[in-house]
Amino acid sequence: MADLTTNCGGIISPNPFWLASAPPANSGKQVMRAFDAGWGGAVWKTLGQPIQNVSSRFGATNYGGTAAIGFNNIELITDRPLDVNFAEIAEVKRLYPKHAVIVSLMVETRQEWQDIIKRSIDTGADGLELNFGCPHGMCERGMGSAVGQEPRVNEEITSWAKEYSSIPVLVKLTPNVGDILPHGHAAQRGGADGVSLINTIKSIISVDIDRFVPNPRVGSMSTNGGYCGAAVKPIALHMCGQLARDPGFNIPISGIGGVTNWRDAVEFMLLGASSVQVCTEVMLKGYRIVEDMIEGLNEYLDEKGFASASEIVGKAIPGYSEWGNLDLNYETVAKIDSESCIGCYKCVVACHDGAHQCIHPNPDDARVPIVDEDECVGCNLCQIVCPVPDCISLVEVANGFAPASWNEHLNEGAVLRPKKGSH
Amino acid sequence: MSRPPEQRSETRFSDFKHAYNEAQALAEANRCLYCEDAPCIQACPTSIDIPEFIRKIATGNLKGSARTIFSSNILGMSCARVCPVETLCVGDCVFNAMEAPPIQIGKLQRYSTDIAFDKEWRFFEAGPDSGQSVGLIGGGPASLAAAHELRRLGHACTIYEKRSVLGGLNSTGVAPYKMKADRAADEVEWVLAIGGIDVQLGVEIGKDVSWADLESEHDALFFGAGLGPDRFLKVDGEDLSGVFGAVDWIEAMKLQDLDLASVRSAVVVGGGNTAVDAVRELLGLGVPKVTMVYRGDEAKMSGYQHEWREAKVEGALSIWRGVPTAFTGSGKLESITVAALNADKKPTGEASALPADLALLAIGQGKLGDMLGSLDGVTVEWGRVVTAEDGATGRPGLYAGGDAANGGKEVVNAAAEGMRAARGIDAYLGGDRG
Repeated sequence: MADLTTNCGGIISPNPFWLASAPPANSGKQVMRAFDAGWGGAVWKTLGQPIQNVSSRFGATNYGGTAAIGFNNIELITDRPLDVNFAEIAEVKRLYPKHAVIVSLMVETRQEWQDIIKRSIDTGADGLELNFGCPHGMCERGMGSAVGQEPRVNEEITSWAKEYSSIPVLVKLTPNVGDILPHGHAAQRGGADGVSLINTIKSIISVDIDRFVPNPRVGSMSTNGGYCGAAVKPIALHMCGQLARDPGFNIPISGIGGVTNWRDAVEFMLLGASSVQVCTEVMLKGYRIVEDMIEGLNEYLDEKGFASASEIVGKAIPGYSEWGNLDLNYETVAKIDSESCIGCYKCVVACHDGAHQCIHPNPDDARVPIVDEDECVGCNLCQIVCPVPDCISLVEVANGFAPASWNEHLNEGAVLRPKKGSH
Repeated sequence: MSRPPEQRSETRFSDFKHAYNEAQALAEANRCLYCEDAPCIQACPTSIDIPEFIRKIATGNLKGSARTIFSSNILGMSCARVCPVETLCVGDCVFNAMEAPPIQIGKLQRYSTDIAFDKEWRFFEAGPDSGQSVGLIGGGPASLAAAHELRRLGHACTIYEKRSVLGGLNSTGVAPYKMKADRAADEVEWVLAIGGIDVQLGVEIGKDVSWADLESEHDALFFGAGLGPDRFLKVDGEDLSGVFGAVDWIEAMKLQDLDLASVRSAVVVGGGNTAVDAVRELLGLGVPKVTMVYRGDEAKMSGYQHEWREAKVEGALSIWRGVPTAFTGSGKLESITVAALNADKKPTGEASALPADLALLAIGQGKLGDMLGSLDGVTVEWGRVVTAEDGATGRPGLYAGGDAANGGKEVVNAAAEGMRAARGIDAYLGGDRG
């Protein structure tokens, strides 16, 4: 079994799986049950001046009968007294000394930051996470993403926190920005020990088409909320990888956004995350999902020959580049396995209507579609719509052309193969 | 329109395939792959756009879903229940090739069409009056489908039915665990709601009205009278009390309250779908011992294997390669002499006595095509009216469809042929109104 011990910005946990700052980490009893289930760490539900919440608070995006592939909320930070929260954090740390407890914080003034950080440290917590990400409600009061969207303010408050804190400080970034880099750099300049990303994405989850009100509905009105859940993973992966591959960015990342299982976690780690945080999937399925996450990660590491989880952090970063560096002479075409093909023709209609009209119905009764390889651009759409695993594969074509990227073509005159499917 | 009486033997059956609730329908609908040029559509005689109506269930467009079904098959409600989907659409679902459970198309179609009936959605209205009229002989699925389509095309319609109920075999023949007569009556009302279909019940052609009358009364005719009476073996004792034609008996079971309390041992002669239905119906009504006697082998019986498998689970007994040669009893049936046959269906010389107090003969029905045999231009082969693809007989203005023309197929075939004939008739009448 590989060593799953995680060190993210100086915060040590027995495995890389942390509860994100959210309802599943709202109270001591919850966090202790999560640790019993196997979670390695927990970022406490954000502390600040306790607020009053609305009902309802959550909404979901459903697709093809699958509930909640995306999720959003208009809940704010903790609504419980600070005294109670701090007492519970201390109790958790006393009973679970080896697990990581990170206190998420969101206040306004420098004095408030100083006070709340002191009280947090006094609990014995392992680290702090500055919530510069919340995109609803709190940002209207000048906190959360309102801070995260202003690199100057981000850097300044981070530097205050570092001044007052004797334990590691993570800065939680908002994805509601055009480019994540300046915001990661601001945190780094402020002295952060690491960043966690992404917080939720500003969103309207759906509209009640009978009542003419967006969801989640609060009486006769609603508001924009924070989007999360499985569907946001691609956005989160990009921002994680974008920071991780930046040569000037040198602090650890705690990856968040659409992590539902060990595979998602591995993907975040391959793109530079040292730990991963999970909220939505726990809200939907419970703490118990961590059993499979730990086991799956272990099996994966063993199978790939890694002795520790930390070895895979950033492993896919060299493979993430600019479009201009991609090999334009790399050519694939679709091959359909006639044995496993079930004749649904989903690839036929997808290729005809959505791609390059190169997969055709079989004129015989066989119903195994025919790929016109001279026209196939190797786009992948057929493979994506095919319901049979491994029935359609994209096979490399030896076209005799040496690798050549657009940049090499522009700058060095590298020869490109003739275009396909562009007539 | 006359509806079946409350007290009927068939009401003792519940649906063998349960109706979906909303959650079940959504789960199944979402499983559908939405195939392109789907094999299930090709397998449907009425070519219902199955992936489309299923997708509409999944998106909550139930009205659109029902419209898609009824646009191709106005009898989509009954077909959802009575179609042998295992050998048609469901049998061709691509999931079979994946060895995954195929989509339950019949159940989804029932879900959609039942809601349409419950909510009394109407999708079609009669076309502008063409000034022409069509007489339809027989009130079963073929004529109903034809009449509905003819009304959409603006032609006046009159249905002549010799029974006191419309619906044909949907009312009098369908196994009650698939659909009961009252539901068939619902469908008749649903079809007639388009308006302009005159219904003449209790009218038999050649007896109450002549061909000459019909041809002078109408601009075109559709013959959809189905099949004739049960065939008998023509052996001794068939006139004994307790021996019935199976189609007759099933009609009585569906429309009356039969007393089967004294029946200890029933025998059904035949190996087709009527025989299998009769066996399951007798078992379901509590007859302790039901034996099917078929002259061929189990593997060669024409009844659907999936139905026969169910019958066996329900307790059906069987005698293969056997044929009754005499029915005996004093005043009423007591025993059947069953002669053994070899693989070529020739008597081996052996025979045995099978005790029985009820025997149903399900060895086929006479053909009604001969009713048209005297008309110039009409060709009748083996009792079936020969038609072109559009239902045209060789006699101008006379069209045919359903069992009378196809020799006895499914409701869905009758619906398809009725609709095609309606378009053929419209073309014949000079209609090209699109």
